[in-house]
Amino acid sequence: MVTSSFDYYAPTSVADALALLDQHGDDAKLLAGGHSLIPLMKTRLAEPAVLIDLGKISTLSYINEQDGGLAIGAMTTYSEIAGSELVQSNAPVLAEASGQVADNQIRNRGTIGGSLSHSDPAGDLPAVALALGAQLTTSSSGAHRTISADDFFVDLLTTALEPNEILSEIVIPALPAGTGTAYAKFANKASHYAVVGVAAVVTVGSDGTCQSARIGITGAGPKATRATGTESALVGSNLDDSAVRAAASHAGDGIDFNEDVHASGEYRAHLISVYAARAIRAAVENAS
Amino acid sequence: MAQEITLTVNGATRTNQVEPRLLLADYLRSVLDLTGTHVGCDTSNCGACTVSLNGDAVKSCTVFAVQADGADVTTLEGLASDDGTLHPIQEGFWEKHGLQCGFCTPGMIMSSLDLLSKNPNPTEAEIREGLSGNLCRCTGYHNIVLAVQFAAEKMNSGS
Ligand SMILES: Cc1cc2nc3c(=O)[nH]c(=O)nc-3n(C[C@H](O)[C@H](O)[C@H](O)COP(=O)(O)OP(=O)(O)OC[C@H]3O[C@@H](n4cnc5c(N)ncnc54)[C@H](O)[C@@H]3O)c2cc1C
Ligand code: FES
Ligand code: FES
Repeated sequence: MVTSSFDYYAPTSVADALALLDQHGDDAKLLAGGHSLIPLMKTRLAEPAVLIDLGKISTLSYINEQDGGLAIGAMTTYSEIAGSELVQSNAPVLAEASGQVADNQIRNRGTIGGSLSHSDPAGDLPAVALALGAQLTTSSSGAHRTISADDFFVDLLTTALEPNEILSEIVIPALPAGTGTAYAKFANKASHYAVVGVAAVVTVGSDGTCQSARIGITGAGPKATRATGTESALVGSNLDDSAVRAAASHAGDGIDFNEDVHASGEYRAHLISVYAARAIRAAVENAS
Repeated sequence: MAQEITLTVNGATRTNQVEPRLLLADYLRSVLDLTGTHVGCDTSNCGACTVSLNGDAVKSCTVFAVQADGADVTTLEGLASDDGTLHPIQEGFWEKHGLQCGFCTPGMIMSSLDLLSKNPNPTEAEIREGLSGNLCRCTGYHNIVLAVQFAAEKMNSGS
C-alpha cells in the first residue's frame, strides 16, 4: 500500500523539530516509531503533507534514575524499556506491560512517547502511566510544560498536547516502600492490543492493609482511565480475596464500554472486573 | 520530491534517490532487487518483511526507506557466506524441515536471528514468543521451533 506523498524532515535536535513544527503547523505530523501512524497513512486515514521524524534526535532516547523514580525520553522503545534493569526495579509494571506490547519487531520500533501521544483506546502504556502517576513533560518553542497523566488522556485518540508541542519526557515518581505493581491484560490473539488491560500499583502497610492504590485501565472505553471506585474500595481494606473481588467489581463504573468485533460491551464489562482482580492480586503478591 | 539516502545493506554501501513515501520493504525489493524480503500482509502483522535494522528485527513494510538513512540493514540475502555456506539458522530450517511453501521463511529467519543474538539459549516458550510477530500458514510452527533449537545448539557449540 502506498501512502500519500509528503515532505520528510529528520531534524537532529528538539529545537529544530519544534521550528519545523511551527513552520508547517497543521500540515505536519510527528513521526516516532511509526507503528500507529504509518498504518493510518497506508489506509489514507492520515494524509499529512509533512512528516517530522523524531528518530534522529538521540537526546530523546534514554532511561535515567531520578529521585528514586525514572525519567524516560519519549523516543525510548518498548524493547529498551522492557529490557532495562532500572525500569524493572523502579517501575516494574512499565517493563512488564512494555514486554507485552504486540510482538518483538513492533517493540523494537514503537516508543513510549508515541504510545501515550496516540492515546489508542487499546494501547497498553496509557493505563500504566495513569497507575504510576506519571508526569509528562512537553516542549514547544521556548517553553516546557508538565502535564499529569491524569489530565493527559482527553478522549479517543485525543490528548492534552497542543499542535505545536512535542512530548519529550516521561517522569515516574519513586514508589513508596511496600508497593507492588502488576499488569494484567486480555490480549487480542492476533495483534496483542488490549481487549481490556489493567495496571495496578498497590501499597501495603506493615499491618497488611492497603495504604494506597492506583488502578489504570485500558481497552474498556474510549480512552484509558483510572478505576477510582476500585481504588477507594481497596484503601483501608485488608486485601483478602473478598476485599479484592469487591473492589474489582467497581472497575467498570462509569465507563461507556467499547463494542467491536473483538468483544461486546457486556463482555468487556465482565472482563474488566476479572482482570482488575488479577492485577490487584499480583500487585499485592509483588509487594511482599 | 526525491531525497538521497545512503545506507549499508548486507555490508555494501548503497546510495539512492527515493521518494519519502517509499517503504523500506519496497526499496529493498524494487530498487535493490533483494526479493528475499517478502511482503505478505502489508499491514504490520505477518512479519514476512522482517529485516535487521541496526541489529534489531523490524517489519520493513512499516518503516520508510528515508528512516533507514545512515543505518545498517541486513536482509536474508546477507546471511549465507560468500561461498554459499548457509547460516546456522538457514541450516536449521533445512535440516528440520522448518518450511512448507517458504513464503514466511525469510521473516522467520530474520526474527530468529534477532532472538538468538539477544538470547542464545531460548526455551521453547521463548522461541514461540520471540517469533509471535511472524505468521506461518503452512507448518503449524512445530518444525520452525525445532529449526531454531537446532540453530541455537549449533551457534553455541561454535561449529
Ligand atoms: C500489528 C500491531 C500490533 C500492535 N499491538 C499493540 C499492543 O498490543 N499494545 C499497544 O499498546 N500497542 C500496540 N500497537 C501500537 C504500537 O504500540 C505503536 O507503536 C504505538 O501505538 C505508537 O507508537 P509509535 O512510536 O509507533 O508512534 P507513531 O506511530 O510514530 O505516532 C503515533 C502518533 O503520536 C504522535 N507522536 C508520536 N510521538 C510523539 C511525541 N513525542 N510528541 C508528540 N506527538 C507524538 C504522532 O504524530 C502520531 O500522531 C500495535 C501496532 C501494530 C501495527
Ligand atoms: S508484510 Fe510487513 S508485516 Fe506483513
Ligand atoms: S511455510 Fe508457508 S507460510 Fe510458512
